[in-house]
Amino acid sequence: MAMATATDLPTIESKGFIHRNRMKIAPWLFLAPAIIMFLIYVILPIFQSMSISFYEWDGLSDPVFVGVANYIELLDDELFYTSLKNNILWLVLYMLAVPAGLFIALFLNQNVWGIRLYKSMFFFPFVISQVVVGLVFSWFYDPTNGILALIYGIFGGTAPAILADERYVTYGIIAAGLWPQIAYCMILYLTGLNNVSPDQVEAGRLDGARGWKMLWYVVLPQLRPATFIAVVVTVIGALRSFDLVSIMTSGGPYGSSNVLAYYMYETALSEYGYRMGYGAAIAVVLFLIMMVYISFFLYRMYRQEVEEG
Amino acid sequence: MFPRPIEKSSAATATTYKIALPIALIVWLLPLIAVMLTSIRSVGDINAGNYWGWPSSFNMVENYTSVFTNTPMFQYILNSLRVTIPTMAFTIVLSCLAGYALAIYRFRANMLLFFIFIAGNFVPFQILMVPVRNLSVDTGLYDTVTGLVLFHSAFQAGFCTLFMRNFIRGLPFELIESARLEGVGEFKIFWYLVVPLVRPALAALAVLQFTFIWNDYFWATVLVQGDHALPITAGLKSLNGQWVSQWHLVSAGSILAAMPPVAMFFLMQKHFIAGLTLGATKG
Repeated sequence: MAMATATDLPTIESKGFIHRNRMKIAPWLFLAPAIIMFLIYVILPIFQSMSISFYEWDGLSDPVFVGVANYIELLDDELFYTSLKNNILWLVLYMLAVPAGLFIALFLNQNVWGIRLYKSMFFFPFVISQVVVGLVFSWFYDPTNGILALIYGIFGGTAPAILADERYVTYGIIAAGLWPQIAYCMILYLTGLNNVSPDQVEAGRLDGARGWKMLWYVVLPQLRPATFIAVVVTVIGALRSFDLVSIMTSGGPYGSSNVLAYYMYETALSEYGYRMGYGAAIAVVLFLIMMVYISFFLYRMYRQEVEEG
Repeated sequence: MFPRPIEKSSAATATTYKIALPIALIVWLLPLIAVMLTSIRSVGDINAGNYWGWPSSFNMVENYTSVFTNTPMFQYILNSLRVTIPTMAFTIVLSCLAGYALAIYRFRANMLLFFIFIAGNFVPFQILMVPVRNLSVDTGLYDTVTGLVLFHSAFQAGFCTLFMRNFIRGLPFELIESARLEGVGEFKIFWYLVVPLVRPALAALAVLQFTFIWNDYFWATVLVQGDHALPITAGLKSLNGQWVSQWHLVSAGSILAAMPPVAMFFLMQKHFIAGLTLGATKG
């Protein structure tokens, strides 16, 4: 017995160390796989991109350090300004998805037979790939066979070639993007409307609030969380616009429908050349714009977390 | 309830509503309906410009067979599944573990890590593009399904960790406390107590992930080149280049690409919406 105790002693001690600190070690063991993956594929690349943006690099030969030359070049780049301008257009017009989504949600917030099926069918555009959305709308805009041509034809006119016309092309693409985005905002509002307190609505009715007044003073304040999320996802969606531009126009005609996300891809990785450094500089600009919104979102979440303790 | 329930309005309003509903739906889904109809049109219809009238004949079998026999569409669908399913599994494992740690343990870096996961989820893909592509080329993962799976799993871990952490926060903490008092190990608590309780959240995550990954186009373009690994989104884009004006084939291909996420959504609707609207009701 005595011998056994003697040999057991060290193990007990080492077990004791882990045991005493297990509450400190355990979370890191649980977190390790996710942290490692996230570090390799998300966090480090952000800093690598920032560093690459100070080099001239074709991806094959040795990168040459050029300081801020890429950023100075951006200041004089016509296509960069077009992309930036289009991004702002996207941001502004994409916001229409929020009220439009609210409108459809209000329209569908009833209890008639089959309404659940209606709600899910209205949501379809969000579930399907943007590649499909892009293809469908390209075909809609087709000046000879599209539905637009058909409508113009009825009134005896000729449809403009939306996707080939510098004046309309960005609007055409944004319209395609709005379709799924409205569906997304709609579903957020439908969930929000489910949680609107019936008592307050009734109280409002007794006070004589109806229609717009009821919506503005009683319902919308209760929908604030849904509105917040809808605005956040719409801003992110607008700044991330890549798929539709790539499918519908590849940035054309003459770069007039370019957005930063696509222009970056085009400079860094396409038949126009492999300018990784210049592309990275564009990405950094896009990242900084996005950071404004991300920080705002995080700040709000932080306050919420602190309140909840 | 707002707006006022339609059954409390006059009969005329109620009837108008019930008629407006299907009309609104048809207008809203017109793009999809048009694509479905076009995917079963004959070449004759396409050449004659009959896109919007009634099809002169129904060529569903011919068109879809043609897509499968003349293009690598089957391979694309297979590739999409080979990317999507392992990614779903992998992200769920990563985010359950991480979400559990962030929800249950109090330690100094907790909040910071949580916010890094959220912020990472919102960054533009372009800032990751060049380094991730280089990394994939250097490790021989460029142009492979594995390369896409690894990237997607890592990136999606951000959103999923946020999701799991909030869900686990909502569980009764006393359960975990009492298990600890009983002397149950930390991993055993996670595996035998927490994992069974988070099943509904796992279902929501799985269906959301399926849709996100299936519909990814950007990374499919950046990290993959050849038909052997190209997912259906990028495949469809490359086929679109070859099918100039053959809209019946483009449509059939589009329908094939759209089907799986739509089916997934229909089967798991409740979970899908619960996952997507996380945060839309509180805060």
